[in-house]
Amino acid sequence: MINLVREKNPMPEQAPDVRNKNFLEVSSGYTEEMAINEAMRCLKCRKKPCMSGCPVMVKIPDFIAKIAEGEFEAAYQIISETSSLPAICGRVCPQENQCEGKCVHGVKGEPVAIGRLERFAADWHAEHYGDEEIKPAESNGHKVAVIGAGPAGLACAGDLINKGYEVTVYESLHKTGGVLVYGIPQFRLPKEIVAAEVAKLEAKGVKFVTNAIVGRAITVDELMKEEGYESVFIGTGAGLPSFMKIPGENLLGVCSANEYLTRINLMKAYLPEYDTPIQHADKIAVVGGGNVAMDAARCAKRMGASEVYIIYRRSMDELPARAEEVHHAMEEGIIFKLLTNPVAIKGDEGGHVTGIECVNMELGEPDASGRRRPVVIEGSNHVVPVDMVIMSIGTKLNTLILDTTDELAANERGGIGADASAATNRPGIFAGGDAVTGAATVIKAMGAGKTAAAGIDEYLSK
Amino acid sequence: MKKFEVTYKRRLNDNMVWLKIYAPLVARKARPGQFIILRTDEYGERIPLTMAGHNEEDGTIDLIYAAVGRTTMLMDQLEVGDCFADIVGPLGKPTKMDGLKRVCVVGGGTGNALAYPLACGMHDHGVETVMIEGFKNKDLVILEDEFRAGVDELYVMTDDGSYGEKGFTTAKLEELIQAGEKFDEVIAVGPPMMMKFTCQIAEKYGIHSVASLTAYMIDGTGMCGGCRCNIGGEDKFVCVDGPEFDGALVDWDELIQRSAYYSDQEAEDRAHVCRLTGGVRYHD
Ligand SMILES: Cc1cc2nc3c(=O)[nH]c(=O)nc-3n(C[C@H](O)[C@H](O)[C@H](O)COP(=O)(O)OP(=O)(O)OC[C@H]3O[C@@H](n4cnc5c(N)ncnc54)[C@H](O)[C@@H]3O)c2cc1C
Ligand SMILES: Cc1cc2nc3c(=O)[nH]c(=O)nc-3n(C[C@H](O)[C@H](O)[C@H](O)COP(=O)(O)OP(=O)(O)OC[C@H]3O[C@@H](n4cnc5c(N)ncnc54)[C@H](O)[C@@H]3O)c2cc1C
Ligand code: SF4
Ligand code: SF4
Ligand code: FES
Repeated sequence: MINLVREKNPMPEQAPDVRNKNFLEVSSGYTEEMAINEAMRCLKCRKKPCMSGCPVMVKIPDFIAKIAEGEFEAAYQIISETSSLPAICGRVCPQENQCEGKCVHGVKGEPVAIGRLERFAADWHAEHYGDEEIKPAESNGHKVAVIGAGPAGLACAGDLINKGYEVTVYESLHKTGGVLVYGIPQFRLPKEIVAAEVAKLEAKGVKFVTNAIVGRAITVDELMKEEGYESVFIGTGAGLPSFMKIPGENLLGVCSANEYLTRINLMKAYLPEYDTPIQHADKIAVVGGGNVAMDAARCAKRMGASEVYIIYRRSMDELPARAEEVHHAMEEGIIFKLLTNPVAIKGDEGGHVTGIECVNMELGEPDASGRRRPVVIEGSNHVVPVDMVIMSIGTKLNTLILDTTDELAANERGGIGADASAATNRPGIFAGGDAVTGAATVIKAMGAGKTAAAGIDEYLSK
Repeated sequence: MKKFEVTYKRRLNDNMVWLKIYAPLVARKARPGQFIILRTDEYGERIPLTMAGHNEEDGTIDLIYAAVGRTTMLMDQLEVGDCFADIVGPLGKPTKMDGLKRVCVVGGGTGNALAYPLACGMHDHGVETVMIEGFKNKDLVILEDEFRAGVDELYVMTDDGSYGEKGFTTAKLEELIQAGEKFDEVIAVGPPMMMKFTCQIAEKYGIHSVASLTAYMIDGTGMCGGCRCNIGGEDKFVCVDGPEFDGALVDWDELIQRSAYYSDQEAEDRAHVCRLTGGVRYHD
């Protein structure tokens, strides 16, 4: 039976003016009935266009068919064949550009809610099979080190342990999860989900060493020569925040989105029992239009700011953030100042931020990327009064590993050079995720981790 | 030995404490000038502290800290045998010592704790090291014997003359230079204002100056940008590019302004710890 409704089944959500005051998850997810009803919208297209949009080729029509039949665990198992973190990707993938962007339903109506169904299957599994005992994998005697406990590292560690490798993950922060714990907020991705994935890996036998900065406490070469690791995977992300280099950026009350989000997500500044200091500003400008900017703006609202602005130099159509986050941010009362670009930050005598001076932009001719280039409208300078500015204009790659690993080659973006099988120029050293590509997505990082695990397996089986 | 266990604790004065902590991964690689970031427990802040020393064999690092705020006061609750939740390091670049023959290290207050490994490290590296320690008064003087054993010459200064010589460290530095002392480098470690004037005196006499900056930090790996400082017109991250910078290039006024950032909230926190809990956490 096929459900011919053109719209996705909506997910139950907290009302915008309720949720913008708490850090609980925005949506509670589909019920079984909703999931089956949504699954029945899938046309089981023979060419499976949706799959071609998924970076890890989840068998979308197959898992959706199982949901339609009420076989939820089977659906989860199908997704797990190609994805290690379905509960996470179902929540945070930019589906409109990936799987759902290719769904035939999208032509005349809304695509099948593939992400929501994926999340449903993963949550259903966790609820019903979450306590299942996991047997540690049998060791094949080979030792592999994974550097960085973000999605790339976790996915790589997961595949390797399943193949019998002895895996140790080195992570520089005190918590595992990478951006999933320090960047993406609780209301979008509950940290319990990330913790459960890590716990599963631990149960299988993966060792985690937190507070270990590779490159300082120990180098990649030492891991291989002294600690006996035959292969190393580098998944260290792209965490270095960029600033705009405009006057006033070092005033009190200007910070990077990474700092703001780390204080809130990793260091739990929103919970009174934590010591983490954070500035409680009343009017906050967030500069940028990506997922990071949306997260910072929505956190700012939840921390009690009365007015929160997104300042972005292009228009709505070019906003790089996930469509759902933009929609949620607008519902929650974030004010979008589009086609607006900051030129300076203003402060008082004590050095505290008082406002952000901006110019208006208009869209000119398309640039190399095909997007219309924003051009300044002369004489449009104006000051938006704010007491805090959060810079969210992107991140760069940290060069610590490149600087401290003998003859490891960089790529043209300054990241770690790696080929399609995630191999670097050094035999036995693999790399993937944001550390190679620059800031990208969770699913791509996860996919790279899996590719690397396959590459490492091949390398060590020779 | 447990991870991050306190193996030694000694009170240097009312306010300052010397700890040894078991952190073998850090001790293995530590060099003078580098620091760690610690967390006392799950609810704690991450705070940076310079390593006052390290012992690779027994896997310990040394910290000398002043109890100035919430975290450092909570640290006072930890005794030998207790453990920190997290210690990460070594962070930052080690002190540059190569090519130097004679240097003057100038420490102010708590800064003397940071100056200690640096000055002794210089001396051990074969650099002739003159140390000027400065304090408000006699009660605050620390590490005098340790410095005397570890450097070539030591001057202890107090603002009120209650111990050592009366006067500021900057005056002593200028006096030594005017008396014909030759230094390849002057290294300032202390409050921003004191470092600013120390570097200015060095510059006045054409001596290269270095300042050890203590910015607010979270991750210590270049991820948050919270520790950024203006060095010669460029944004540098103290945690990865520093903590030591060319004193002539530091934008002192900006640094002085930024170092007062969270003061109000912290004063409140501090009152909270002391008044309500006597320093003990109210939850587990
Ligand atoms: C706020 C925010 C929101 C985002 N929202 C989305 C979204 O909605 N959807 C989406 O698909 N993507 C999103 N992204 C992007 C996505 O999170 C990243 O692309 C992804 O996490 C990259 O994974 P990774 O494993 O390569 O790196 P990371 O997640 O960055 O993990 C790298 C890990 O390595 C550790 N590390 C770094 N250096 C060292 C070292 N020298 N030694 C040991 N450990 C080290 C780091 O501490 C970190 O834990 C978002 C990013 C941010 C910052
Ligand atoms: C690289 C580095 C090395 C350091 N080494 C040492 C050391 O060896 N021994 C030592 O006693 N201290 C050292 N510090 C300073 C130490 O980090 C702070 O004293 C500590 O963070 C205070 O934490 P708290 O929670 O106890 O106090 P808070 O409540 O956070 O602050 C109390 C007071 O200290 C000021 N303060 C807090 N952090 C800093 C900072 N980073 N720089 C300047 N002022 C600050 C606050 O404005 C406030 O007035 C170092 C700092 C850095 C960045
Ligand atoms: S992993 Fe992401 S892109 Fe792939 S099907 Fe799931 S939601 Fe879509
Ligand atoms: S494209 Fe859409 S309708 Fe077709 S199989 Fe994929 S999810 Fe189903
Ligand atoms: S402490 Fe975060 S960048 Fe330096």
